[in-house]
Amino acid sequence: MGELITFWITAPISVGAAALMLFQRNAVHAALLLILNQFTLAVFFVLLDAEFLAAVQVIVYAGAIMVLFLFVIMFLGIDRRETLRERLRGQRPLAIVLGIFMVAAIVFVVQVGVGLTQLATTDIPQQDGNVQEVARVLFTDYVFPFEVTSILLIIAAIAAMVLGRRSGRPLEEDDREVSR
Amino acid sequence: MRTPIAWYLVLSGILFSIGTVGVLVRRNALVIFMAIELQLNAVNLTLIAFARQLGQVDGQVLAFFSMVVAAAEVVVGLAIIVSIFRRRASASVDDLSFLKW
Repeated sequence: MGELITFWITAPISVGAAALMLFQRNAVHAALLLILNQFTLAVFFVLLDAEFLAAVQVIVYAGAIMVLFLFVIMFLGIDRRETLRERLRGQRPLAIVLGIFMVAAIVFVVQVGVGLTQLATTDIPQQDGNVQEVARVLFTDYVFPFEVTSILLIIAAIAAMVLGRRSGRPLEEDDREVSR
Repeated sequence: MRTPIAWYLVLSGILFSIGTVGVLVRRNALVIFMAIELQLNAVNLTLIAFARQLGQVDGQVLAFFSMVVAAAEVVVGLAIIVSIFRRRASASVDDLSFLKW
């Protein structure tokens, strides 16, 4: 019963925060609402027996990724000059038509998924705890994807350093420019 | 009584749709990026809901990988936005037409 109550308190907050995010002129407010949305998702993860991922959601998403977002927003300065005027001719009607198709597709997929959930649920084995269970699967069945992920992270770190540099000029020139 | 998994799927569909609308409607590159994060989160919720449905943690491991990929994607994407901002002093995607043929 407590699970149902928690779901029905958290779900409107989650949807409301996501919907309000779209209407924020100020990018900082949008980021804060997204953080709220990610906290509610962490609550759902706990309800779904994924305690480890709930912790990861709070630490990695609400913590690290959103701090990075806020850092970049502050770094660039808040841009309020956003217009809703379309520059491409005929983009608006086409977007509405394709958007309706998209919503229909999402509704269809959700319906198929709901059909699948009519089958009996089996509980996730919990005797060792969720962290141990995730670790067992991660380091046995998925050990190769796990190693590939480390390569991905190194590539991303190097890419961010290359893109974040001031220009294609040698580093010494940039340093002189800063000191001037 | 446990919450039906179907509710989580509906919720995830709603969140994904909101994220899609955000990507299509907004013009600020940073807000578009946040809407993409919302979509990724909605998909993670689906993966974890089905992990609960099937009684296996494979879905949770998959959601874990998707979080790692999202982190890498945010790092590169924000670096691109910053480097574009340095050149154009704007974070609006309408000003980014210089990549067009």
